[in-house]
Amino acid sequence: MTNNLKVIVIGGGHNGLVCASYLAKAGLSVQILEARDSVGGACAPIIDNNGNKLAGLAHASYGLNMQILKDLDLPALPIQLSLDTISLSEDGSHITFANNSVSGRKISERDSKSYRGFIEEFKKYSEALDVLTTNIPPRLKDMDWHDKKTLIKIGWNLRFGLGKKLMREFLRVGGINIFDVLNEKFDDPAIKGAIAFDAVLGHKMGPRTPNTVLSYLQKISFGENNSLCRSDNLSTLLEEKAKSLGVKILTNSKIDRIIIEDGICKGVKLESAEIFKSDLVISNADAKTTFLKFVGTEYLDAMFSHRVDSIRQEGAVARINLCLKALPKDQNLEGDKLFQRLIIAPDMQYVEHAFNHSKYGEYSDHPILEMIINRVEDRGPSVNSITATISASFAPYDLKGGWGKNRNLFVNRVFETIEKYIPGFNNLVKSYELLTPCDIEEQYNCVGGHWHHGEMGIDQSFMMRPVHGSAQYKTPCKNLYLCGASAHPGGGITGLPGHNAAKQIIRAI
Amino acid sequence: MENFDAIVIGAGHNGLTNAAFLAKAGLKVLVLEKNEYIGGATASLELHKNWKYSNCSYVCSLFRPEIYQSLDLGRHGLEVVPLQGSVTFKQDGDYLGSYHQSDLWRREVARHSKKDADAAVRFDADLMKWCRLIRGFLLRTPPDPASFRPRDALEFAFLLKKFYSLSESELYEFIRFFTMSIANYLEQYFESDVILAHFSGGSIIGTGLGVYSPGTAYVLLHHAMGDVDGNVGSWGFARGGMGSVAAALSSSFLSFGGTIRKSSEVKKITVSNQTATGVELVSGEIINANAIISNLDAKRTFLKIIDESDLPEDIVKRAKNFKIRGSSGKVNIALDGMPIFSALPDKSPLTLGHMHFSDTLERLERAYDDWKDDRWSSDPYVDMVIPTQYDPTMAPPGKHMMSVFVQYCPVSPEGGWDDKKKKAFGDTVINQIGDYSPNFKDLILHAEIRTPHEIEKEVGLTEGNIFQGELTLDQLMFNRPFPGYAQYRGPLKRMYMCSSSNHPGGGVMGAPGANAAREILRDFKRKNTTPEDFGDD
Amino acid sequence: MTSSVFQKSPFQARLDALNIVQQWTSWNGYKSAQVFDTIASEYFAIRSTCSLMDLTPMEKFRITGPDSQRFLNRLVTRDLSNLAIDRVAYVIWCNDEGKVLDDGTVFRLGENDFRLCAQHHQLDWLSISRLGFNVNIEKETDDIAALAVQGPTSFSVLNKVGIEGLDKLKPFQICQQSISGIEIMISRTGFTGDLGYELWTSPENALDLWDLIYGQCENGNFDIRAIGLHALNMVRIEAGFIMPGEDFVTAETAVRADRSRSPFELGLSWLVDFEKPYFTGKKALQAEALRPANRRLVKLSVEGNKPPADAFLYDKENGKRIGTVKSCVWSPILKANLTLSDIEFENGSCPEKIWAEIYYQKELEWKSSWSQCHVSHKPFWKNARASLTPPMKF
Repeated sequence: MTNNLKVIVIGGGHNGLVCASYLAKAGLSVQILEARDSVGGACAPIIDNNGNKLAGLAHASYGLNMQILKDLDLPALPIQLSLDTISLSEDGSHITFANNSVSGRKISERDSKSYRGFIEEFKKYSEALDVLTTNIPPRLKDMDWHDKKTLIKIGWNLRFGLGKKLMREFLRVGGINIFDVLNEKFDDPAIKGAIAFDAVLGHKMGPRTPNTVLSYLQKISFGENNSLCRSDNLSTLLEEKAKSLGVKILTNSKIDRIIIEDGICKGVKLESAEIFKSDLVISNADAKTTFLKFVGTEYLDAMFSHRVDSIRQEGAVARINLCLKALPKDQNLEGDKLFQRLIIAPDMQYVEHAFNHSKYGEYSDHPILEMIINRVEDRGPSVNSITATISASFAPYDLKGGWGKNRNLFVNRVFETIEKYIPGFNNLVKSYELLTPCDIEEQYNCVGGHWHHGEMGIDQSFMMRPVHGSAQYKTPCKNLYLCGASAHPGGGITGLPGHNAAKQIIRAI
Repeated sequence: MENFDAIVIGAGHNGLTNAAFLAKAGLKVLVLEKNEYIGGATASLELHKNWKYSNCSYVCSLFRPEIYQSLDLGRHGLEVVPLQGSVTFKQDGDYLGSYHQSDLWRREVARHSKKDADAAVRFDADLMKWCRLIRGFLLRTPPDPASFRPRDALEFAFLLKKFYSLSESELYEFIRFFTMSIANYLEQYFESDVILAHFSGGSIIGTGLGVYSPGTAYVLLHHAMGDVDGNVGSWGFARGGMGSVAAALSSSFLSFGGTIRKSSEVKKITVSNQTATGVELVSGEIINANAIISNLDAKRTFLKIIDESDLPEDIVKRAKNFKIRGSSGKVNIALDGMPIFSALPDKSPLTLGHMHFSDTLERLERAYDDWKDDRWSSDPYVDMVIPTQYDPTMAPPGKHMMSVFVQYCPVSPEGGWDDKKKKAFGDTVINQIGDYSPNFKDLILHAEIRTPHEIEKEVGLTEGNIFQGELTLDQLMFNRPFPGYAQYRGPLKRMYMCSSSNHPGGGVMGAPGANAAREILRDFKRKNTTPEDFGDD
Repeated sequence: MTSSVFQKSPFQARLDALNIVQQWTSWNGYKSAQVFDTIASEYFAIRSTCSLMDLTPMEKFRITGPDSQRFLNRLVTRDLSNLAIDRVAYVIWCNDEGKVLDDGTVFRLGENDFRLCAQHHQLDWLSISRLGFNVNIEKETDDIAALAVQGPTSFSVLNKVGIEGLDKLKPFQICQQSISGIEIMISRTGFTGDLGYELWTSPENALDLWDLIYGQCENGNFDIRAIGLHALNMVRIEAGFIMPGEDFVTAETAVRADRSRSPFELGLSWLVDFEKPYFTGKKALQAEALRPANRRLVKLSVEGNKPPADAFLYDKENGKRIGTVKSCVWSPILKANLTLSDIEFENGSCPEKIWAEIYYQKELEWKSSWSQCHVSHKPFWKNARASLTPPMKF
C-alpha cells in the first residue's frame, strides 16, 4: 500500500532517526536531510577544539523507550554505561542515588524509606501516564475512534491502575510544584535539592514553579532496566539501524524552506537551491523553525502562527566542555564515584535562587550543575586528555546585555561553584569551551536553544504541544508532519515523539 | 438547655450564609463566634475614634447576587456601591488609568500602546468566555471524579456539557488559561509593561505565587468574575464597611429564628462513634446538635478543634499538607484629609477606585522573590482604596479611611514578628505610597498594621491566608479542601464544612456557605432553600 | 481630563454649528452625530441631492513595505494580487476558524502603499497577522480627515468647486487633486449605494475642505446637508450593506461559541476566493463550503407597515422559530420594511415561507401581528446613476 511513498525527514536527531526507521520498516522510502555534518542531534558526540570526542549535548539519558528498542531491535544501553547520581555537598557528605534508592552519611532511615515510597508512587503515576506518552495525544472535540480509545485508557489507568486513593493523590499533585511535594515527603534538604534539580534542569522553572511535578515525571524513567546512562553511542546505534532499514541520510543539507502548494506539502528546498520532491515531509526541527522559518506564515493562519510564535522555548542551560590536567582528587569521590553523574543542587532554596536570576535575564550567582567526567577508556582520539562535560543552569538565552563579555564571567561562576564542592578543581582546568543557549540555537538549528524544543508546562503539553492545531503530529499543511521534541510528549532522549509521529503517519496513509 | 438542629462554628460571612439558609429551611441553628464581634474577615471596626475600618476584606464583588436576593440582604441593610475604575502609577511620573467609560479607557490604553488598546478587546472577550464557564460552577457541588455514584456522574456530565459548549480551540485555550502564569498569558495579548502589570495584580492577591508562576492566570478570574449589578469585573464597597455584609447576613439569619452567641470559642467538636455529636466550648460548656458545621479553615478544623484520635489518619496528614500560606498584609490608615497624587490631574476620578504602584512584571515578580525567602517585599504590590470618598459612614466629613492591601508579607520573617519588624513592614508600605503622594505622610492620624500573624490571631485565618487555602490546581474544585471531601461533608458523620477552604474558595462570595447548606439540607431531607445560578443565556 | 469623553473630529466646528438637535454618539470615541436636523431630510439629501458626512472616526491603517501586498492578500478573503494602483476593493477578513472579524476597504495608493479602512479596532489583528511579513503598519485614524460626499448631485457639487477629472473616475477608483491649495485624495466609494465620493485630506485642511463644498449650499447652487449615522443606516440597508456589530457579532468580540459568522453565513461568498494564495481562515472555509449551509444572513422584506425591529421569524404563523431580524428600516423610497435577517436553513436551503411575529405599540398599547416575508437576492434598492461614468450632471 505504501511502498512507493517518498518521505523526507528534516533533521536526523534521535527522534528523526526513530521516526525514519519506523517508516522505512513500514515500507516507505525515507530520506533524512540533516543540516549538520552528522546525524544524532543532541545525542551526537561533540568533537572539541582539541579533537577530543565528548558526549553529545544530552550527555546522560535513560535511553530510548523500551517499546522502541523492541520494535527496532535495538540493544539497551550497556550496563557499564549506567550512571549513579551523586549530589555533592560542601562538607563532603555527598549523597548517592542508585537503583531507586538513596544513600549517604547523613541520610536518615525515614528519608531513605520515604525515597523508596516516593519512587514507587511516581513510578505508578508514570505507568498510568504511559498510555498517553506512547500514544498520539487525543483531540478533545471531533474525536476519532483512536482518540476515544486513548482517553478511555487514560481514564481506566487512572481509576483502576492507580486505584481510587492514588488517583485522587495524582489529581492533587499532578499540576503542582515539586517543592510542596518534596516538603511533604522528606526532611533532608539534600535529597529535596537533588530531586528538584531533576525536575527543573533543562527548563526555565524553579522548584516552586507549578508544573515541576509534571516535568519531573516526564524526565525520569522509572523502569527496572532503565537506569540513567551515558548516551555516548546512541546516535551511532540509531544511525546504523536506520541505514540498515534502508533510510537514506544526507548530511550538510540545510533546509531553506518547505514547499507548500495549495495547502499541500510537496517537498523541500535546500539552501543550496536543490529541490527534493516528496509525498510526505516530516520535520524533526522545532515548531518555530518548522512553521515560521521553513513553511512561512504566508501559508498558515494568523492566530496559529501567533501561537507558534508565543511558544516559550528560551533555553536556560549552557554546556561546558572541559579538558582537565588531571583527575580531581577528592577523598569523598574515590574510585568509581568520580565518574558518576555529579550534581550540585544542595537544597531547594539554592535551586530556587539559581532560578530567580533567569527570570530577569541574568545568569545564576550560584548555578546548579551536572558534571560527568569521562573514564579513561572512553577518551577520544587524543588519549592524553582528561575530559568532562557540564550542564550548567541557569544561563538564560535572553541574557541582559548579551552573552559576549559575559561568557567568561559565567564560566568563572561555574568553576568557583565546583571549587567549593571539589576543592582544587579550578587548578585542574586546562581548557574549556562554552555553549550558551544562543550557541546551541546556532549549532543545533533550534530556536531558543531549548533542550526540549519548548518548556514542558501543562499549557505546552499533551494536546497543546507544541500548539493546538498541530498537536497530533499533523500540521495545518497536508502531508507535513512533526516528529521532534516540540511534539508530544516532548524532550528527553525517549524517541517517543518520533515513535508516535510514525504511528500517526502510518495511520494517516 | 436548648437543643439545636445545627451548630455553625464561626460567624464569618460563609458561616452566616450557611446558617441563614439552614434557618430559612426551618432548622434551629446556633452560630458560635469566638470574637466579641461577628463577621470574621468581613468586619468594620472602630480602631481609631470616629473611624470605621474594613480592616480585613475591603471590597466586594464576588458575593453571589443569587444569595443577596434569596436572603433579602438589601432589606437587611446591605448596600454595595460600585467602585469607579482603578489606576496604576508609573515610576516615571505617568500613570495608567482604568475608567469605566469605555472610550476613556480605550484612549488611555492607547496612550501607552495603540496595539494594546485594540488587543484589550480580544482579551476582554476571551476572559469573559472563561468567566462565564467558571461562574456557572460557583453555586454547585463539585463531583468526585473517583466516584461512580449517579449523582457524581450526572454532575460530571453537566460540567462536560458546559465545557463542550466551547469550540475545540477554545477548549484548549481554556486549559491553557487554567495552567498558565498570568504573565505568560497576558504576553499573548499585550506589549506595554504598565498594562501587563496593571492586569497582573489581581492574579497574585492573596496567593503564594508570583506573576510568572503557572496557575496564576486562573487566580485572575477570582478577581475578575465578580460583578456589581451585572457589570462583570467591577468591584464595590459595602456601605459602612465590610462589616455591613456580616450585619445583613446576621439580620437575615436572625429573622429566620437563628441564634448567635459571641465570645464563645469552640474548644473541640465532640465525637462518638465517628459521629459528631456537638461542641465543647472553651468555657467547658457542651452543646449538642444533629449537625456540626465548621466555618474554620481546613487546617484549624482538623488539627485544632477535632481530636486527632477521632479522625481517619489520612485526614490528619492531608490537613497538615493543606497549603494555606499567608502572603498578604494589610495597612489601614486614618487620614486627616484626601491625599494628593502628583501624577494625577486635578479632580481625577481615578482615586475613586483601586490604586497600584507596581508598573512592571519584574517588580511584581521580585516582590514575590522576597517572600519566598520569608521577607516582606521591599517593593510590594499594594491594592489601595479610599472608600470614604463615597461612603460618608466610615470617617468624619473631609477625613478619610484608606485600606491598603499588601502583597507579599511572610507568615514569619526570620526570627518571627516583633513590633520593630511590624513597624518596618508598615513603613515600607507607607514610604511607597509617600513616593507618589507628597502630602500623604502628613495626613496620617493612625495606622493599623496587620501582618499574617495578626490576621491569624484575630480572625482565625490560618497563616493569615485570605482564601483559607491556596487557589492552586491541587486545591481547587474536587480537590478542595482534600480529594474525596469536596462535597462539604467531613470525614465524620453529621460533620460539615462551609468555609472558603471548600469549593469555590476564597473571596467574599458566600458560595461555600450556600453550597454546604444545600448538602446539609439534602441529608436532613429538608426543602432546599439555596438559590440556583441566575445563568446568563 | 477633557471635559467631554468625545474625541473631536477636525470637522467638529462645522458639525457642531449645523447640528440643531444635538444628538451625538460615540463612534470609535469620536463625537459623531446621529442626527443633525430630521432623519427624513437627511435621508432624502442622500437619495435626491447631496449629503456630507464626517468619516474621520472610521479606523484607518496605512500599510507599507516590501511585503505589504502579500500581507494584505494573506489577510483578506479576496484576491488582491490584481488590485491596481489607484483602485479600491471591498474586503472582509476572517480568523483561523473562518469567522468574520470585520469588513472594510483596501486602497492601493502605490506599489507598496495601501490604506485599509475598517469598522472596528483592528491593530491587534493586523499586528498578529504581520508575523513573518516585512511590513509597516501605522494606525492613521486620527491623522486623516475623511469626508463622504454622497448623493445624485455629488458629482456636480464637486465639479463646481473645481475638482476636475471626476467625469472619468469609475467606481472604486482613486484620484489625487489639489484644490485651492488643499491636497486631497478622492475615491469613488461609499456606503450609500448611490453616486458618491469619499474625500481624504490632512486634518489641518479639514475645515477649508468642508467650507469649499458646503459653500455650494450656502451660495444657493445646491442643496447639501450634513447627515448623521441614522440616515446612513437607512440607506445602507436599502443597498444591502452589512454592518459588523449590528448584523453579526465580530469574531474577536464574540463570547458565545455560536455567535460569530463566516462569510458564507453572511451571504458574502462572492468575496471568498479559493483560487488565490493562502489566507487566514481558508482551510476552515474550504471545509465549510463542503457542508450544507446551516444559516444565512438574508435580505428580507416584511409585508405591511409594522416595524419588525427585533422580531422573531417563523416558518409559518405560530410555527417553528427559524431566525431573528438583525437590522431593519422603513424605506421611504420603496415604502417597505426592509431587514437583514439571520435565518436557519434546513438541509442547506432557505425555508420557503418566512413569517415575522411583530410586536408593536400604538399609544402605549402593545399588540402583535404576523407578516409574511420575502427574500431578496439583490440589493433592495439600486439605481443605475450610482455607477454611471461620467455621472449625470446637474
